[in-house]
Amino acid sequence: MPFRFGAGRWGCRVTAAIVAADVTRTYQLDGVAVEALRGVSLTVAPSDYVAIVGTSGSGKSTLMHLLGGLDRPTSGTLLIGGRDVATLGPGEMARLRNETIGFVFQSFHLLARTTARDNVALPLVYRGVGRRERRARAAAMLDRVGLAHRLDHRPNQMSGGEQQRVAIARALVTGPSVLLADEPTGNLDTATGQSVLALLESLNADGVAVVLVTHDRDVAARARRQIVMRDGRIITTEGAAA
Amino acid sequence: MRVAEAWRVALDALRANRLRSILTMLGVVIGVGAVVALVAIGTGTKQQIEQQVEGLGSNLLIVVPGRLAAGSAPTVSTMTLDDLDAVGRVVGDRSRVAVTISSGETVRAGARSTFSSMQGVLETTPSVFVRRLDRGTYLTRTDVTTGRRVAVLGAGTARQLFGDRDPIGRQITISGVRFRVIGVFEQLGQSLGVDRDSEVHIPVTAAQRLLGTERIDGLAIRAPDRETIDALGAAVVATLTKRHPDTDFSAVTQEQILGVLGDILGVLTGVLAAIAGISLLVGGVGVSNIMLVSVRERTKEIGLRKAVGARPRDIGVQFLLEAVLLTTVGGVLGMALGISAALLVDRLSPVPAAITWWSLALAFGVSAAVGIIFGVVPAQRAGRLDPVVALRTE
Repeated sequence: MPFRFGAGRWGCRVTAAIVAADVTRTYQLDGVAVEALRGVSLTVAPSDYVAIVGTSGSGKSTLMHLLGGLDRPTSGTLLIGGRDVATLGPGEMARLRNETIGFVFQSFHLLARTTARDNVALPLVYRGVGRRERRARAAAMLDRVGLAHRLDHRPNQMSGGEQQRVAIARALVTGPSVLLADEPTGNLDTATGQSVLALLESLNADGVAVVLVTHDRDVAARARRQIVMRDGRIITTEGAAA
Repeated sequence: MRVAEAWRVALDALRANRLRSILTMLGVVIGVGAVVALVAIGTGTKQQIEQQVEGLGSNLLIVVPGRLAAGSAPTVSTMTLDDLDAVGRVVGDRSRVAVTISSGETVRAGARSTFSSMQGVLETTPSVFVRRLDRGTYLTRTDVTTGRRVAVLGAGTARQLFGDRDPIGRQITISGVRFRVIGVFEQLGQSLGVDRDSEVHIPVTAAQRLLGTERIDGLAIRAPDRETIDALGAAVVATLTKRHPDTDFSAVTQEQILGVLGDILGVLTGVLAAIAGISLLVGGVGVSNIMLVSVRERTKEIGLRKAVGARPRDIGVQFLLEAVLLTTVGGVLGMALGISAALLVDRLSPVPAAITWWSLALAFGVSAAVGIIFGVVPAQRAGRLDPVVALRTE
């Protein structure tokens, strides 16, 4: 396995942000075992830019949930930020997600009736950051995604592209090492989608690893690496690891 | 997550569903309000009756024929005024002994009439029972020995018969026999819905003649002190039993009466509170129900919060706080409702109400406890939600 030790962003630690080794995931669906992942190995390096492509049912969403620490593998080893998720309880997993991972969803998942600023500040609530500092950091992050003028707008007062930018700001506000984006352009028109991708790419250029799940070949083509999945396995890997 | 933060999040969630929160609270408001109001009424009634019994004077001993036991048959009195002399010798001071023979009679004055409790008594009654006159004088020893037809009216009877006019010196008739009013009692008020001011005191001898009997219904004795009261009661009962071998006599002290009444009213208050408590319980079930609905409705929100780093405990605490907030705010509103209701009842009806601090503290504590108890299940359910499943929910 490609474990490499060296000087990362935080000094001496495992350089790979996420390492999956021969990971499987089997669900029980109405008593029937469904093998969603049948042995996947994957390494996400810092400032990697990976696209995971596949048809629905190929297991790409399941892999995404595992990489993000929302789920645990049935077998195999999964290291997130250098920590083996098998050794972590639900509370520690939550902390790991909070510190290491930023999620961007197809349907944005913003809290309705909550301003853009408070939506962005939400992850900091669970980190125990004080209200004043949360608001300042959220405002700075909204500025970073070009929404400085939308601080006090609610999701229903914003366009789809703006909502997804708010979601990206929320994913970034904790300073994660990996951004996991599940069909981030799926609910957006082409032009808006392009600008959101451009934003993700500029963040990647700043050193955040981006893992993109999509079934859109054009979107995938912009990533440095493309991983194609079918029936719970990786069938091809194109491009070089970062 | 900090506790203050959790409170704010819970408050925001309740504000977001304002109408539903208020309706959910209503069950708790009514439940707590009912507990506070009913306990206040029960306590007020108890206090009033205890005051009235205490108002009879301390160290009071009441002797009646028959057994004072549940289910015992009423006994026709065989006591006469001769017994009074014997009891007087036992007590050693006739001024400490009062007797009564009572009968419900229609009392008339001119065109007006009222139904009153006629009491044939001795001149000792005001000192034995501590009764004060509003005006005039009470019966004298001579009135009693000669059976003079003079009467002292209760405040209610006086008002019924004479309105604002001064009754002193005026004539009344009791079952056709004329009496002259010589005094009027101070007002006593009501007790358990019974008007205690509707009475007429006349000399016991006059009453016996009126009723065509020699009997007296009961004796009351003011003991010199608390220590000797039981011994005195036993001695009086022994004397009476010797004179009437076929009759049982019972002596009860004021403390025993207070104890019995207190027990009865305590049970009554308890039953009222229990009934009100059931409505509080129903309110709690309502809270639980709404919280479960809320967890289901906000599954996606829970999933998202978990994705960005909320621990199961953070989510659980948030939902628990929402439930507790609902019931405690409901509890405070319910207390306000209960206090207002109790004050209104006290003011507008003859039923007294006394708000006690312990009942308020209890109501608040119970409503908070209801929130915790009925919030735990929804909170656990929310905390345990699988984030993957929660995020997928549409």
